[in-house]
Amino acid sequence: MDKTINPEHIAGNGLIHRRHLLGLGLAGIGTIAAGSVIAADTGMLSIPAWSKTPGNGPSDYGSPSAYAADVKRLAGGPSATAPGSGVSRTPLHLLRGTITPNSLHFERHHSGIPAIDPAQHRFVIHGLVRQPLSFSYEDLLAYPMVSQIYFLECSGNSGANTGATASDTNAAAIHGLLSCAEWTGVRLSTLLEQAGVTAAARWITATGADAASMGRSIPLSKALDDIIIALYQNGEPIRPEQGYPMRLFVPGWEGNVSVKWLTQIKVAEGPGHFRDETSKYTDLLPDGKSLQFTYPMGAKSVITSPSGQMQLLRQGIHEITGVAWSGHGSIRRVEVSADGGSSWADAHIEAGQQHLALARFRLPWQWSGAPAILQSRATDSSNNVQPARNIWMAGYSPANRYHYNGIQSWSVSTQGEVKNVYA
Amino acid sequence: MCMRKRSFLVLIAASLTAATLAAGSNAAEPPANPVALGSPLTEAQLRDWDLIVGPDGKNLPEGSGTAAQGQAVYQQKCAACHGASGEGAAGSPALTGGSVSATPPLLTVGSYWPHASTLFDYVRRAMPPTAPKSLTNTEVYQLTAYVLHLHGILAADFVLDKNSLPAVQMPNREGFIDVSANVSAN
Repeated sequence: MDKTINPEHIAGNGLIHRRHLLGLGLAGIGTIAAGSVIAADTGMLSIPAWSKTPGNGPSDYGSPSAYAADVKRLAGGPSATAPGSGVSRTPLHLLRGTITPNSLHFERHHSGIPAIDPAQHRFVIHGLVRQPLSFSYEDLLAYPMVSQIYFLECSGNSGANTGATASDTNAAAIHGLLSCAEWTGVRLSTLLEQAGVTAAARWITATGADAASMGRSIPLSKALDDIIIALYQNGEPIRPEQGYPMRLFVPGWEGNVSVKWLTQIKVAEGPGHFRDETSKYTDLLPDGKSLQFTYPMGAKSVITSPSGQMQLLRQGIHEITGVAWSGHGSIRRVEVSADGGSSWADAHIEAGQQHLALARFRLPWQWSGAPAILQSRATDSSNNVQPARNIWMAGYSPANRYHYNGIQSWSVSTQGEVKNVYA
Repeated sequence: MCMRKRSFLVLIAASLTAATLAAGSNAAEPPANPVALGSPLTEAQLRDWDLIVGPDGKNLPEGSGTAAQGQAVYQQKCAACHGASGEGAAGSPALTGGSVSATPPLLTVGSYWPHASTLFDYVRRAMPPTAPKSLTNTEVYQLTAYVLHLHGILAADFVLDKNSLPAVQMPNREGFIDVSANVSAN
């Protein structure tokens, strides 16, 4: 183990090309990680108790290991004034793939989760159509379906980082209104064609069957393009908190338009100007004007490990990993910096990343114990580049909290503490 | 009965599909709309069900109300959360006052919302949070008139109804830039 290997540092402060890890094997990693001391394990190995007695049998619905019980959503407290309203956030820093398990998909409700009996639920298409139609859940189950993996991000995700000071919180608290699942359902275009959209139609207005009857408007062109009425989430019937028995799913666009518990699509000449597309989810600009209907979510990435409130326990090699996504297409490139943006290296993006879905990126990093600022920067297939925080902030009123996609900075102290910072 | 009918329809759809494929069409593209379920209905059946009211006011119901009438309803059903004069409280937004250009901006119904129809639509479908859709159409007209009066948009005796509401001019009606045409679907 005397042999000295000089890894190819591809950017400042310890970023290493991934091929050096893949080709080196453990011995190589150990050498690169010189400086970290690994204590020898000199005791005899013994056979553990669980290898000596039969375990539990099968169950009708699985659950995580008791030792992984901390992998949970970050749920906010109940609202005192608006019953059922609130959010829970996906624990991005505790997940390592691209698919969000159904129990960990983020939630945003405006008046709680309705307990819908699918046999009594009705989905109506009306307005500017030749024949208004009412569909039962059973009706929709009989239609041809499509399955596609898509991310879903709340318009207010990461809004915490638009605040005046950086909050000392973790990746879930800041960025956890983001999830990714395989959604299966019926193309909305199929049903709109059956109802017969008339020539004057330009928009659809959609409402849910929750107590708030949450409503949103969507241009007809998008409705006829890739919107589905989702019935399944990662293969099982969608969860009540995701809109059981059916939700609109609008790929790439702010989560709020994917109306849950879908009960009404009214085809119209113009938007409905609902409360959640005028009072909320609009972007206040420096001059007091507001952008309305800013639907696609911007090119964005976040390092999920190491990330806020984590603690590096040793010097040496760490895998920097995170997720990237864009509502304008697929992710073409993710760059990582360990020196606050002075130098950048291309991260490895896992193969198989899909259009409008999360991409997983990885890059090895040799932490020497020096202070570091870790950042990631996404570029999408439409050549949108994730902006620095100060660039994004300059484009909006300081009060705007929606559609934030600035670069996340995590500082690493000499003690290995990882913190959310503005850099 | 219902199940039997459905199965029959699915069978028809399946045989149509098979026939289309056998006729030599592109097997990679499913035939258009091989299933046509759903029950026809009329707009008249949706009269009490369709709550959508846009700026054109087309779907506004019968009834009317004034701010003077709305004050008592507001005090009884709204003031506990939104304050005696719409000033808001912890967990509940202010309805009146404020400005988009203040530091920090205060975005209220009066200072921010571009259309009066949104207020009627939202109150009717979602307020009060503990009992949405419990207000009568008359009460919704009265409350809409009262909140707009609190911000000085309507006089206390202005009669709000399906004809007058779409003509109400909100202070920030020119404050929004519709960027929906810029959306990308690539």
